[in-house]
Amino acid sequence: MNHWWEKDMSGCGLSGIINTDGKRISGEVIRKSIALQHDRGNGQGGGFAAYGIYPKYKDYYALHIMYTEEPGKPTRDLAQARVETEAYLGGIVEVKMGEEIPVRLTDKINIHPLLNRYFVKVRPDKLAELGKDATEDDFIVKVVMHINDKINNAFVFSSGKNMGAFKGVGFPEDVADFYRLEEYEGYTWTAHNRFPTNTQGWWGGAHPFTLLDWSIVHNGEISSYGINKRYLEMFGYKMSLLTDTEVVTYVFDLLVRRQGLPIEVACKAAAASFWKDIDRMDEEEKKAMTALRMVYGSALLNGPFAILFGHGRGLIGMNDRIKLRPFVAATKGKTVYMASEESAIREICPDPEKVWNPRAGHPVVVELEKGVA
Amino acid sequence: MTIDAKGVYYRELNEQIRAAIAGGETEIVLDNVNGQRYIGDGVQGKAKITINGVPGNDLAAFMDGPTLVVNGNAQDGVANTMNEGKIVVNGNAGDVLGYGMRGGKLYIKGDVGYRVGIHMKGYKENMPVVIAGGTAGDFFGEYMAGGVLVLLGMGREEGAPLVGDYLGTGMHGGSIYIRGEVDIRNCGAEVGILDLDDKDMKELSGYVREFCEDTGHDFDEVMSGKFIKLYPKSSRPYGRLYAY
Repeated sequence: MNHWWEKDMSGCGLSGIINTDGKRISGEVIRKSIALQHDRGNGQGGGFAAYGIYPKYKDYYALHIMYTEEPGKPTRDLAQARVETEAYLGGIVEVKMGEEIPVRLTDKINIHPLLNRYFVKVRPDKLAELGKDATEDDFIVKVVMHINDKINNAFVFSSGKNMGAFKGVGFPEDVADFYRLEEYEGYTWTAHNRFPTNTQGWWGGAHPFTLLDWSIVHNGEISSYGINKRYLEMFGYKMSLLTDTEVVTYVFDLLVRRQGLPIEVACKAAAASFWKDIDRMDEEEKKAMTALRMVYGSALLNGPFAILFGHGRGLIGMNDRIKLRPFVAATKGKTVYMASEESAIREICPDPEKVWNPRAGHPVVVELEKGVA
Repeated sequence: MTIDAKGVYYRELNEQIRAAIAGGETEIVLDNVNGQRYIGDGVQGKAKITINGVPGNDLAAFMDGPTLVVNGNAQDGVANTMNEGKIVVNGNAGDVLGYGMRGGKLYIKGDVGYRVGIHMKGYKENMPVVIAGGTAGDFFGEYMAGGVLVLLGMGREEGAPLVGDYLGTGMHGGSIYIRGEVDIRNCGAEVGILDLDDKDMKELSGYVREFCEDTGHDFDEVMSGKFIKLYPKSSRPYGRLYAY
């Protein structure tokens, strides 16, 4: 490929919305917000995560799978990758419904991978084979890791219930048009505009990165990628998407879902206090933070970042410890907004009640009200 | 003249502003600004530009003369390497304000983010002044080489920190005035803390008076607080670093 775009200084852009009362809104809203941050990306990746979009199949895991070329690897017949994947799925889970993800070809995006979605349930007999303590979530993670790692040219890009990721190579507003996002309604949305700096843009490498209902959009770089990767591999995660952000998703899956840490504590492990600040804490806090750093040293995310981290019941925004990437939050009524720039929030909410720049390393944690969604 | 900036792409908006100034306009009002970058960048002359809305990043970089009034919040990177003129933000502002600023004034009514006043520099009549009416984040005045940086802490919420960590780290010129107390552990090793003498008081109150007139803060209330001055203990903290 011969890229010849005009070079503008930029960085990735993020935007997120959560309606804590569970009210579902069209993808058109988040598209408008991320489109205002157009110049933070360079057309090498755009994507969205949406929660609450599949009420009809809300008890099924929604597997979004792309069959696509991978940078640096020989390609093959993509339809064959699909046949192989569907044969594998048919033998291991109950597939309620499978279809191509509806898309609209535009003059901006008209070459694309094969894109399919499957609504699946875990089979009790197969789950039993995994061991008596295994959960359905564990089983789905195993399925995702198998497809991403073992089936060439097949990548699961989301696997949660009642949610989905939509991503590709292009500006995010063009990706939104391509996936017809205005036809979906969700209570939480995140969006990403990519300006890849360390790895080549490809469909699998666009954000969000997801596993089960975790989704991460990220501006920055994870300079601790190597150590995080080796740590996560010990727990059975396979890094297959060639972008550093992938580890963030798995770190939160490991710490929160599998090990049961409260989200705030997991955030503190990922963006841990500096030792000089721990020295100033009172004894109890010092003990707790020291233990967290000792146990989860390899889960520490180093480097500059702002991330939005979505899940079925909430949205978290977080910065690195010295705020090397921008991150703004705002509230209006039951809605919380997070973005790289305040203007991206005002584009869809001109008169927020409160706007603030969260402090470095202090996550903004928002949850749905009890009983909704 | 008035320009409606709603939905106008930044390049087009900035072309319109430059054309207006080239055509002799001295008062320009921009309505419905939201996120347009680079407004006022490198613009010379004495025009006054009023911005209604939230301007995008890198407002007034290399600006050399004009006065900007923002009726709203400002984002990141305001007044990068600004040379002359004045910016008044009637709201809060983001990170990296006044980076390498070498002249002119930047007055923020409310809070500011991280990395404000990094590497400001001053020489003779070129004396950049940055005043923030509220609170500030980490790295306030880092590597400061000259000019005046003021933090007032007005309207601070209960328990909110006045200023963050790494205050004045690597400072080797200029003055930082803070209304309130700072923890010496949050200051760079190159920083000393003093009470203000008469000369300092005169310098500070001159700037604060102008700031209050521009932003609507009450001068007497501001000056009733106790100020401290941060100064560089050495003008060449790294003079021996590479001298082996």
